[in-house]
Amino acid sequence: MSDLSSIQPVVQAKGLIKTFGRVVGLNSANLELYPGEVLAVIGDNGAGKSTLIKCISGAETPDSGQILIDSEEVSFKSSLDARAYGIETVYQTLAVAPALDIASNLFLGREKRKSGFLGSVFRKLDHSGMRTTAKEQMTKLGIGTLQDMSQAVETLSGGQRQAVSVARAEAFGSKVVILDEPTAALGVRESNQVLKMIELMRDRGLPIILISHNMPQVFEVADRIHVQRLGSRAAVVTPQTHTMNDAVAIMTGALKVDEKDQALGPVRVPATA
Amino acid sequence: MSTPTTTDAEALIENLDRKGPMHHFHHALHKYPWISPGIVLLVAVIIFGLINHRFWAISNLSLITQQVSIVGAIAVAQTLVILTAGIDLSVGAVAVLASMVMAKTAAEQGVPGPLALLLGFAVGAAAGALNGFLITKLKLPPFIVTLGTLSIFMALTLIYATGRTINADKMGDAAGILLWLGTPIQVGGFKITYGVVAMILMYVLFSWVLKNTAWGKHVYAVGDDPAAASLAGIRVNRVLFSVYLVGGIVLAIAGWIAIGRVGSASPTILPDANLESITAVVIGGTSLFGGRGTMFGTLIGAILVGVVSNGLVLAGLDQAYKVLAIGILVIVSVALDQWIRKVRS
Repeated sequence: MSDLSSIQPVVQAKGLIKTFGRVVGLNSANLELYPGEVLAVIGDNGAGKSTLIKCISGAETPDSGQILIDSEEVSFKSSLDARAYGIETVYQTLAVAPALDIASNLFLGREKRKSGFLGSVFRKLDHSGMRTTAKEQMTKLGIGTLQDMSQAVETLSGGQRQAVSVARAEAFGSKVVILDEPTAALGVRESNQVLKMIELMRDRGLPIILISHNMPQVFEVADRIHVQRLGSRAAVVTPQTHTMNDAVAIMTGALKVDEKDQALGPVRVPATA
Repeated sequence: MSTPTTTDAEALIENLDRKGPMHHFHHALHKYPWISPGIVLLVAVIIFGLINHRFWAISNLSLITQQVSIVGAIAVAQTLVILTAGIDLSVGAVAVLASMVMAKTAAEQGVPGPLALLLGFAVGAAAGALNGFLITKLKLPPFIVTLGTLSIFMALTLIYATGRTINADKMGDAAGILLWLGTPIQVGGFKITYGVVAMILMYVLFSWVLKNTAWGKHVYAVGDDPAAASLAGIRVNRVLFSVYLVGGIVLAIAGWIAIGRVGSASPTILPDANLESITAVVIGGTSLFGGRGTMFGTLIGAILVGVVSNGLVLAGLDQAYKVLAIGILVIVSVALDQWIRKVRS
């Protein structure tokens, strides 16, 4: 396992092109995500990072180019297709149903039914089973302070709500978890909680794509940093080899990176989970 | 001139954290929104009884349940729609249209009772499906769609019935089944009808379904935040359509209850059913903004409206006071809902 060069990417995007009318969103964009790593995607507004991520999460379909999951080419028509491949996304808008409880939110759209007659004929939900799993899931991500899984999500703080979203993604994202600006709406302490959850997920071997504007956070948790500029990849750097100023310079175009250096192989030995 | 010291600030924060009785009450209301209409109902029953002892007579209480049965049944459909953050102004018109189809096919085409009943259900379902189609496919707001279909269904009923009432004696052999829900039964000292039982069964059924099935959770999620529901993989339009469709069938059952209660089918009964059903839902603690509320609350709301109307009459007050009282109840309920929604841990 120590031979990093033999590691194959979990997710690979090759030459993605996406236009919106006359606006070019992606101009032959590439991306690789390797097992067990945190890949941060940074870029100025309009650099195409959201579009790139939406293509991978199924929310957008690229005009041309390939997306490969475990070296198998896929074509996602909707985010439901991407989910079927174990790709889960956490949105910055705290996509939860506020009036429903924690357990219901965790299983929203994927409810567990009771076994036997009650479940198959009357389609009765397995409330206690879902609550137990929800509790385990929250504890696993270090949010053990929430005791009551039948508590409505709107009674939680912003950080706790985001924790519910992350827990949901972690529970069902068998392959990749994508976090789109997960800390944008949160305070410092709550952001740190989310960063800790990201590290916990990575340590259990789940690869993560993190989109963020927050440089200190990116440099804190990322293994590799994908810098997106003008619709394609300008460089991939690491927190060890580059400073935040370098990253910003690449982002704005002040620092050019040679084409042959724009890709960077895996830097982390995946955790064997 | 005293500047706030650290201890003052700490005291203030501690005060904020202290969970007083108000906090617990707020949380209880948040979890069980039917508590407040329940308390009002209890108080109303006590006060009306003290004003006029005849109010407490079993015969009077039985009468109230029968008076409530039609609007109570209609309010089941209205609750489902309002939980999705919609509103249905056509509920009364759909119930009346379905009841006219049941009675007229039996009376004039000689359709056997059970089949006439099924035809009525089919018309109710079709009316609900039309509302659902216009809302989900043409993306029109529920208020506008059902305002339009209210007029359409009312006009269709009048045209179809040629403005005439169909009495029980014209229904022939089908009268037995069409009027069946008007059959009185004795429960203890209470004299209720099968129609009341049917209404209560619908509350029990939909209460269970909302709480215990994925569909029920999705109804709440769609009403709460359709964007979030969609991101969670819920097919929002399918849920909305199913709510209007199921609502249409419930309304046909309400039409059936109405034939039994009135003893005939008339195109002009239930003129106030739309607003009364919305009133029952809102008083019962269901939020007009969607996503929160219970069937049980609506049942309490419907009974409360029945109790207030009956009690004010027995207290010797004019009908106008009933309208006044219900208006106040609606405004207080919505104000309370706004407060309940602000809950934080």
